[in-house]
Amino acid sequence: MNVYADNAATTKMSKRAIEAMLPYLDQVYGNPSSLHSVGQRAAEALASARERVAGALGCTPREIYFTSGGSESDNQAILSAAAIGARKNKKHIISTAIEHHAVLHTLDKLKKNGFEITLLDAHENGIVRTDELKSAIRPDTCLVSVMYANNEIGSIQPIAEIGGICREKGVLFHTDAVQAIGHIKVDVVKDNIDMLSLSAHKFYGPKGVGVLYARRGVSITNLIEGGAQERGKRAGTENIPAIMGLAAALEDAVSRIDESSKKLTVLRDALINGIMQIPHTILNGDSVRRLPGNVNVCFEGIEGESLLLLLDSKGICASSGSACTSGSLDPSHVLLAIGRPHDVAHGSLRLSLSEENTMEEVEYIIKSVKDTVSYLRDMSPVWRDLQEGKKKYVIQ
Amino acid sequence: MLYSEKVMDHFMHPRNVGVIEDADGVGEVGNAKCGDIMKIYLKIENNVIADVKFNTFGCGSAIASSSMATEMIKGQPLDRALELTNKAVVEALDGLPPHKIHCSVLAEEAVKAAIKDYYDKNGIEYDHSLFPDCDSCAHCSDGGCEI
Ligand SMILES: Cc1ncc(COP(=O)(O)O)c(C=O)c1O
Repeated sequence: MNVYADNAATTKMSKRAIEAMLPYLDQVYGNPSSLHSVGQRAAEALASARERVAGALGCTPREIYFTSGGSESDNQAILSAAAIGARKNKKHIISTAIEHHAVLHTLDKLKKNGFEITLLDAHENGIVRTDELKSAIRPDTCLVSVMYANNEIGSIQPIAEIGGICREKGVLFHTDAVQAIGHIKVDVVKDNIDMLSLSAHKFYGPKGVGVLYARRGVSITNLIEGGAQERGKRAGTENIPAIMGLAAALEDAVSRIDESSKKLTVLRDALINGIMQIPHTILNGDSVRRLPGNVNVCFEGIEGESLLLLLDSKGICASSGSACTSGSLDPSHVLLAIGRPHDVAHGSLRLSLSEENTMEEVEYIIKSVKDTVSYLRDMSPVWRDLQEGKKKYVIQ
Repeated sequence: MLYSEKVMDHFMHPRNVGVIEDADGVGEVGNAKCGDIMKIYLKIENNVIADVKFNTFGCGSAIASSSMATEMIKGQPLDRALELTNKAVVEALDGLPPHKIHCSVLAEEAVKAAIKDYYDKNGIEYDHSLFPDCDSCAHCSDGGCEI
């Protein structure tokens, strides 16, 4: 059986998204900046896509900037807020320890340029506390950036409350909603979100295209200089086919959120319950305030990369926060931030489901994971020491 | 593919997995914090490695390196086994990705640690320079996992 359970990494494009793109590859191929009719047809398509995206997010078309994806949107949001802050000599930014590297590395860059960064603790369940946010805000705070939902452990932050606090204190609020959009309900107006990042390939759209939403009145700084596209804020001929795919995928995902999250939550909880039967296994992230398709656990006594390779040989695509899979020598910063010790964090497994997954697949995953974990534990000297009482279990 | 066919073969079908309860020499190297631990058990008869088993906690290349190293020393006299280098393990595996080379280093060290344990237990004289001080090497020291 072949099971794709790595939808947090990327999704397979929906038929609707593919079909929405095709005419813009060969029929409506014009440059939207051209005055002639071929170009103007592309310009009309672009305008309609912008309107539809705005409709799905509950904002106005002028607040939508198309980008190359989540990373670019995160970079631009943070650097824009920093530029606004620097003009008023406000050089303090609050974020969290579990953000995506697109956020964390941008903050590192700002730190080298004299900004002060406070990273909120995400606690054991992967959720920040709003009282800690309140006390972290200072007169010189220019931005709060808190991701909507975490890409590894699926925890969902209290975004509406955070938005309310920021609005009250007059601090700009950005959220990386790359994992949330199309999966859970997001309302930029009600949640008091000033800037939001999203990426099409996380909701069955194409790769390499995303959106930066910036509320009217928030001044955006260019990352890319050149032509006057995106109201002068993002130069470069627009990727019309990708933008059409994004709009179609977004409308589709947002209109089906109730249905899809209900279905996914059932599959997710069955998967969690099955996997948690494995002794000395712990769930990472909150069990309730959690993305509908996200499962993330740590198994004591084994290492994640070997687990992934063996699951792959059984047709199951998953992911891990072990160092060997990250390309660095440290395991996932998210797992370390929620307090998992290094050796336990090496034994993590993330399964992220889509609506295409079935209960039969979930059962197959459970059985395969159980077999593989027990096979790897049988050859693990760490597991042997734990079993013989030479070492204490970290996960009870 | 990340790994060669040889690595995948030794990872998917590791040779000599297990424990020798009455082993003559046991060597354990690595650090769970860094994500790799290898333990090698030796049965020695007339200065020859009559049997060898391993247990490994680690990634695909760590398991494949353990498997290959045990294959390479099985049936060998101890002085030949001591000549095993990580480079030879890498070559026998048709290469490892650059950031996985340390797995082959661990395999070489685990073999040496097991032989040293046998020498120590039996009061056999040996050339100490043949055995690097494991506690001070990069992946076992507390300094972190940098190789
Ligand atoms: C939370 C989060 N932010 C940002 C990104 C980056 O998005 P993209 O791959 O579109 O640049 C990702 C996806 O990898 C993500 O999960």
